[in-house]
Amino acid sequence: MLTLLLILLPIAAGIITLLSGERLAKQIALVGGLASLGVAIFTWLQFDPAAGSQFGFKYAWLASGGISFAAGIDGISLLLVLLTTFLTPLIILSAFKNEYKNPAAFYSLILFMEAALIGVFTATDAFLFYLFFEAALIPVYFLSAIWGGEDRIKVTFKFFIYTIFGSLFMFVALVYLYYQTPGAHTSEISAFYQLQLGAKAQGFLFWAFFIAFAIKMPLFPFHTWQPDTYTQSPTPATMLLSGIMLKMGVYGLIRLLLPIVPLGMAQWGFLAMILAVIGIIYGSIIAIQQSDMKTLIAYSSFAHVGLMAAGVFSSSLNGLQGALIQMLAHGINVIGLFFIVDIIYSRTKTRYLDQLGGITQSTPHLSVYFMILLLGSVALPLTNGFVGEFLLLSSVFQYKAWLGAVAGLTIILGSVYMLRLFQKSMFGPKSKWVEGFQDLTASERAVLLPLVIMVFWIGIYPSTFLKITEPAVNQLLQLVNN
Amino acid sequence: MYPIILLSVFGVVTLFLGFSKSKNILLPATLLFLILALGSNFIEWGKGPFIYFYDMLRVDNLTLAFNGIILLSAFMIFAISGGFQDNADAEPAEYYGLMLFSLVGAIMMIGFDHLIMLFIGVEILSVAMYVLTGSNKRNLRSNEAALKYLLMGAFATGFMLFGMTLLYGATGSFKLEAIQGFASNMPAASQSYIFYAGLLLLLIGMLFKVSAAPFHFWTPDVYEGAPTIFTTFMSTIVKTAGFAALFRLLNNTLAIYGFWWIVIAAIAVLTMLVGNIGATSQGSFKRMLAYSGISHAGYLLIAVTALTKPSQNAIVFYSLAYSLSTISAFGVLMLVAKEKSIEGQPNERYEAFNGLAKQNPLLAFVLAVSMLSLAGIPLTAGFWGKFFIFTSAAERGIIWIAVFAVLMSTVGIYYYFRVIISSYFREGDTVKIRVAPFYQIILVLATFLTILFGLAPGIFEKLI
Repeated sequence: MLTLLLILLPIAAGIITLLSGERLAKQIALVGGLASLGVAIFTWLQFDPAAGSQFGFKYAWLASGGISFAAGIDGISLLLVLLTTFLTPLIILSAFKNEYKNPAAFYSLILFMEAALIGVFTATDAFLFYLFFEAALIPVYFLSAIWGGEDRIKVTFKFFIYTIFGSLFMFVALVYLYYQTPGAHTSEISAFYQLQLGAKAQGFLFWAFFIAFAIKMPLFPFHTWQPDTYTQSPTPATMLLSGIMLKMGVYGLIRLLLPIVPLGMAQWGFLAMILAVIGIIYGSIIAIQQSDMKTLIAYSSFAHVGLMAAGVFSSSLNGLQGALIQMLAHGINVIGLFFIVDIIYSRTKTRYLDQLGGITQSTPHLSVYFMILLLGSVALPLTNGFVGEFLLLSSVFQYKAWLGAVAGLTIILGSVYMLRLFQKSMFGPKSKWVEGFQDLTASERAVLLPLVIMVFWIGIYPSTFLKITEPAVNQLLQLVNN
Repeated sequence: MYPIILLSVFGVVTLFLGFSKSKNILLPATLLFLILALGSNFIEWGKGPFIYFYDMLRVDNLTLAFNGIILLSAFMIFAISGGFQDNADAEPAEYYGLMLFSLVGAIMMIGFDHLIMLFIGVEILSVAMYVLTGSNKRNLRSNEAALKYLLMGAFATGFMLFGMTLLYGATGSFKLEAIQGFASNMPAASQSYIFYAGLLLLLIGMLFKVSAAPFHFWTPDVYEGAPTIFTTFMSTIVKTAGFAALFRLLNNTLAIYGFWWIVIAAIAVLTMLVGNIGATSQGSFKRMLAYSGISHAGYLLIAVTALTKPSQNAIVFYSLAYSLSTISAFGVLMLVAKEKSIEGQPNERYEAFNGLAKQNPLLAFVLAVSMLSLAGIPLTAGFWGKFFIFTSAAERGIIWIAVFAVLMSTVGIYYYFRVIISSYFREGDTVKIRVAPFYQIILVLATFLTILFGLAPGIFEKLI
């Protein structure tokens, strides 16, 4: 029942926020977000990693069709639910300093988004998964298209059509799988795991799933919607997209693609791996060229997600564990970085590196926070990025040594673009744009401090989180290897 | 059976009510008639099947469900017609009378058990629609549309009648039962080409009525030229009745599935292609909805092509979902087009919707939900409609057609979202549109049902 509460609480909070009027909207939204976090932490405390899917519920939805409204939490779900509920209040808080027109709608859309994301991460019925997978798109589309930048309409429209296009293929795949289940059909994901499908069918299904998730993450060459959308969206929407929504794609790979089509993986996994590795290098190289800070981080995110996907495609314990911990780490880092860009933008009205410089001189706090998040992102040991990247690279290395070597360039290239970002914006002579730059306010610190704490927590003692997911990942790998 | 009698009587009564001085009782009276007809429809629920009129009409739960959909749609359409009070030339009593009569035709089509009944039903429905299409007498487009519809419709009727004759020649009977018997006993060696030709010609006539490609050429012009309220009527009721009849005919010739499935499949693919591609390049929202109507005929044809157990539910559910969204879309269009009219002509272009959400959040929301439903986005009824359609195709094992439909749905998102983008994200001169309370209730009801069936399609399943 806790799962149901986790899904319904943000919806309820969203509706209250919507009705609360202009003035109280953000406070109520924040309370709603924190309440969800509270429930998630409570769930975590109750959680038994060895026990498989827990706290579940199941209601008949289309009784005669064996389709049910069913969700539950296992280790993999819990980690992502924790990520979602941890980041959402911070995203809401980060929006406090900006004035958005019609704030009630703005904050309620963030909460609806949270509900849909939790739904994706907990659904145990394939059609419920699909429903949330699509439903998550609608709030963020409206967030970006109403409150976004100048080009928002065109850019978000492309984003919307692109992602729907992908997930419709997954829909056909799910319908097909549903009809393969024996007896009176069922759409439980665990029933899909038991299917013995031919290699040819699995090949098609592999691509149907792959395209859906690859567009969502995005992987090379399906990424063209991403930088523009990230850049044009208002920062909270960018945070939702990069921090949490792209994890839906990685989660889908782990939850559906790997265990359902192992033979498809055997046929096409190598090609998918190559695409993922190309994405890592390609994203990094483009990131080095960027002068818009938001676009730069967007490309860095594209590179990082490539590495996560590569880890998943290696279908090893290290790869999956690495992808999971990296999802957590990346969510934290990228949200922090986007927030810092937003802080800089709101004070200087520019995001271009050539126009910035010398911010460190007046901002000790900002510099420290920025540096820590940045080092987390370039995977310095003892920060959160290191754990994930280490596991991921080792898994890719085991898969094919030369691929591991190529993917390993990410550490070097990552340092290049990230340190360049820091150097150009923070160091050097003070540009005219940064005159009178104020250091962080209390509410900004309230957002950044939890993020930085998490950077160190995951970096120094990752097993808190690794042990949540390990039994679930092992179970999954058993399915894959059988 | 009861609705046929009631609606015929009420149609005549409505015509007489037109003599009354007070025009205000006309609308409430017809709405009451429709509620009575809707109620009487379900008297026979769960008791059937009944056979009436010398074995010419069949009543079972499926036909009652279809009747329910068209009567509910008709109720909503009548309610938003507002009594035609803003049009001095209008003859409300005649319009309502004709619409009630055409419903009789639709119900005959839905329950036909005899080809003559089908023919009479189609003609009653069509003749009324020809007149209503041209009811805006002083408008050139309306006249053109009526003439076009009549001429093309007459051709289609000709084909249909010819087909029926050939079927009679082959089987010696107009009865569906006899046709079914003939089809299932046809020895492979001596196939009856007269029978095949008859079936094909009959199909052409019926596919014309549901505006499937390549018999769709009349649709955009007629839908655009006809007064919007009658366009709504055509695109919901005529289409639902047409598909019910088509399903019935093909369901009874299932024995020769191997013969006709590829024909219907090809037409389904072509219809989806023409409808979706055509809709993308329209500047007028109303014309886009006409093409979207064509594309939805294509999706429905997938269920007919598959003709498996889920197909029946798929067609019923899809028709309902489609009718609800179409009514709310046209309902909002009528309000906006009138408000933004240029030189007395309603403005039906996309630009008319610019900035709608600012001043009229309710209308914008109703429109957005109906567009999402037509596009098949989850949490709306349209999604489950597509779901049932795809499952029926998957059951038959023709996944490729579902994949094609998915590609076309993506195209659909493009044009459905244009109006959402206009109303939510673009700036426009915003005027607060005054909406009559009853009108508002209908729009909210349609939206509510769309979302309700989107969240809990199981409710509907229990009903059937």
